[in-house]
Amino acid sequence: MSFHPNDVARRARYASIGLFGAFLVLLGAFFKTQVLQNAQYVLQSETNRLREVPLPAPRGIIYDRDGRVIAENVPGYSVSMLSPTADSLRAVLRRLSGTIPLNSDQIDAAVRRYHRAPNRPTAVLSDAPFDVVSVLEEHRVQFPGLIIQSAPKRHYPDGAVVAALVGYTGEITEAELNARAFRGYKSGQQVGKGGLEKQYEDRLRGKEGTRFVEVDARGRVVRDAGARQDILPEGAQPLYTNIDLDLQRFTSGLFGDSLQGGAIAIEPTTGAVLALYSAPSFDPNRFIGGIPADYWRDLNNDPRRPLYNKVIQGRYPPGSTWKLATATWALENHIATLDETMPTPCTGGFQFGNRYYHCWDPKGHGNLTLAHAIEKSCDVYFYQLGLKIGLSRLIAGGVALSFRDRTGIDLPNESPGYFPYSLDYYNRLYGPRGYSSSVVLNLAIGQGENSQTVASMARFYTALATNGMEAKPTIVRKSEPDRTRIFTLDSAQFRGLRAALAGVVATGGTAAASQIQGIVLAGKTGSAQNTQDPLHTHAWFVGFAPADQPKIVVAVLLEFGGHGGHAARLASKIIEHYLKVAPASQVQTEG
Amino acid sequence: MDRRAIPDYPTVALALLLSIYGILMVYSAGQTDAPNVAQRLWHYQVVWLCIGLLCAFVVSRASVRLMEWAAWPTYLAVLCILALLPIFGSGAGTAASSSAWLTIHGHRIGQPSELAKLAVVLMLARTLAARKDAPKSLLELWQPALVVGIPWIFVFLQPDLGSSIVFIGIFFAMLFWFGVPWQLLLLVASPGISLILAFSTGIWTAWFLVLIALVWAYKPYLWEGVTVVLANVFMGIAAPLLWDHLKPYQRNRLLVFLDPSSDPRASGYHVIQSQVAIGSGGWLGKGFTLGTQKRLAFLPAQHTDFIFAVVGEELGFIGVTIALTIFLVLFLRCVRIATRANDTFSSLVAFGLTASWFVHVGENVGMTLNLMPIAGIPLPFFSYGGSFMLASWLAIGMLVRISGEGRGRADSLAI
Repeated sequence: MSFHPNDVARRARYASIGLFGAFLVLLGAFFKTQVLQNAQYVLQSETNRLREVPLPAPRGIIYDRDGRVIAENVPGYSVSMLSPTADSLRAVLRRLSGTIPLNSDQIDAAVRRYHRAPNRPTAVLSDAPFDVVSVLEEHRVQFPGLIIQSAPKRHYPDGAVVAALVGYTGEITEAELNARAFRGYKSGQQVGKGGLEKQYEDRLRGKEGTRFVEVDARGRVVRDAGARQDILPEGAQPLYTNIDLDLQRFTSGLFGDSLQGGAIAIEPTTGAVLALYSAPSFDPNRFIGGIPADYWRDLNNDPRRPLYNKVIQGRYPPGSTWKLATATWALENHIATLDETMPTPCTGGFQFGNRYYHCWDPKGHGNLTLAHAIEKSCDVYFYQLGLKIGLSRLIAGGVALSFRDRTGIDLPNESPGYFPYSLDYYNRLYGPRGYSSSVVLNLAIGQGENSQTVASMARFYTALATNGMEAKPTIVRKSEPDRTRIFTLDSAQFRGLRAALAGVVATGGTAAASQIQGIVLAGKTGSAQNTQDPLHTHAWFVGFAPADQPKIVVAVLLEFGGHGGHAARLASKIIEHYLKVAPASQVQTEG
Repeated sequence: MDRRAIPDYPTVALALLLSIYGILMVYSAGQTDAPNVAQRLWHYQVVWLCIGLLCAFVVSRASVRLMEWAAWPTYLAVLCILALLPIFGSGAGTAASSSAWLTIHGHRIGQPSELAKLAVVLMLARTLAARKDAPKSLLELWQPALVVGIPWIFVFLQPDLGSSIVFIGIFFAMLFWFGVPWQLLLLVASPGISLILAFSTGIWTAWFLVLIALVWAYKPYLWEGVTVVLANVFMGIAAPLLWDHLKPYQRNRLLVFLDPSSDPRASGYHVIQSQVAIGSGGWLGKGFTLGTQKRLAFLPAQHTDFIFAVVGEELGFIGVTIALTIFLVLFLRCVRIATRANDTFSSLVAFGLTASWFVHVGENVGMTLNLMPIAGIPLPFFSYGGSFMLASWLAIGMLVRISGEGRGRADSLAI
């Protein structure tokens, strides 16, 4: 009998054992999942429900040497969107474009950002005007993934005055996100795009905070705050610069709207950059939160190239300002003395081989010493000095005086000087022996295969001002100046050279019109021929003052500005402004 | 008999405890941050519990003989309804594409397959009880096979995979309880096992050798042995072909069971989210109604098929242990009722009902942790659903009656 009570009891035992077994298996599985793997699943469930909304950190404030603000942060708003899929993001943004101005390019850009980080809110407007924000707040219910966030916004109180040195910020691009230098950055963040903002990005960016919002399975924001403790953003430390904002404004004013070119003022003993201006300038404030397309187009189409930094990027034939390099090299190597005359006196030109080389002054300068040749900027003298030095040595001199290097100024995208590296340069260019030694004539007067940035010439003159100690131009304040000895003259030579430079700006010199009452100014003009416009030379002036104890080196370049005297007038005004407003104890002028 | 006057209070209490626990969870399932269909469903569940209690009381007043008498008409009625479902049926909820709901004039009346489970238990018990002793050969199993097979085909074609699994569970459990040798049951099940194991030739070959040994040891009639072996060979060959005939969603379910992360966004989503919900519950859970997976709609079908994941998330391992322990105690007690029953029919009914619940609980709870492949199957007393609540309480009514008519005083037992 299969249904005998004993059989039934036996089967009941089996059934009970089966039930217990199943119970233990299930309980074991739950224990493993809930207790042993708890941490892993807690993390997954938090990832499910929380979305990290970045809280942008205020960028570091940039101050000038007296604590005046060059770059600051003002309150702004950013608009971003949380979305479960790219398609729904596109649909919501289309709907949004009926409420606020939003073109299809912006929508496409937002969708691209979404693909990069689908779990982060996608930035839609990184700088939304207040009226747009208030409209959005009104319609908030219709857009459940909408996140409006106060975001500090960069502001430059002096605008165009400081554009060339401070740069601007903008949203990180897709190319930058892929770059190794921007590891750790996230889509939608603001980064420095030029100038100090870019150079000191690491110090200026601060530490982004995070706000946690709770979303449901469809990506709708369910709880805006309190889902988890926010991580507050940490603002960056301020950046103190050597810039004299007053001088910077003054320099900018000198250029006005008509002049184009660049100017830099440096403290020769420290390399501290006092002012750096490139004209024409642009308003960096208009770049914040997305550059308006028409403004961007105008800037790019402007033949005067406002976006091109004429102090550190533009390279110009240095012209006569470079004669000091020739002279210094000759003096240091005892090829010539300051009193030395050349075999052929200047009669307005110089016959070399079958070509006649003009002096800038057709009237001629007669028989000159090196000191006078500097004062008068006599080409004929320097042609002969060049020949005396010889091409190979002159090239070696230019290289030794660091005319092939960047100045190392703390700004991005600086151009190095353009100068032959050796004779080999000519051999390659013209074929071996395919050039005459006449190239040395051009090189000696700062023409030919030589073009330098304004900053590079200013740096060379810091060495002239301090007897060979070249200072690296630095904008941000540093404890130790970075100086390199590039030549050594004996004290007589040095004094003589300085006197000659002072003679340039004295009565009878090439920049006699730029004298400053009570201050001895030393410098050199240059009128550099260029291929773009043969009729208008670039006007150069590089100089320092006071001549015997230099406090400021100024280099000014006016594109197509004609004679160097024009640049000298600007430079002397900059110097005058700087030295006159400086505290009285520091003014030590002759007489 | 005065025993009828003393109902089996512990059984009722355990079922009531589970029902209240369940209704609390249905209430919690409705507490979400996004608007949700389940928001007010717990009201209905309370109403269904009351109806269930009433029906259970009525059934407990009816003699077991009446149940035995009613087996035939109930079974036939259920078969008729199941046969008509393809015409009147409609889908709903997680089984939207099936026709599991009896629908008249657009009103969904209920899921007849829940009632069918009771009818099949009664009918199978009656069929088996009419025999003198347990079937010893495959041929003798034709009657029970037919009783379960006919409704099984209907349910399978709805398609309601969950209920069809329950039918198979009831079939084997009741045969086991009736004393059918386990070797014979294994031979009956062997083609199905072959089908499942056919995915790996090695494992299938091992199983086939075990089967040969079993056939040799059990010594069935020659032709039966040959049939079983051939059926296994056929299944081993047919499985890949059958695989090709499965609907993509069915295939996905099986693949996802093997590896949920193979398709995390679509088919694997349910299982993964359920595991995340349970796993993130920890020892004590996130608190009643506070489960984030549920609140934020990451958990699918949180008031029906995946309600146990809500238990896991909100009440933690402790809550899970309490629920499973109540189930275990109830089942053990039901087995005791089956053991003490007055006659074969009562005993088989009691065990069949228990087996039905057991399959539900094992499959439903198992699938929340991916121990079982996903099949739309509710958790008794927990999952929202009127038909199942009613059917479960009808079963409790029958068990109370069987307990009351049984030998000895069930309520004085240790369990």
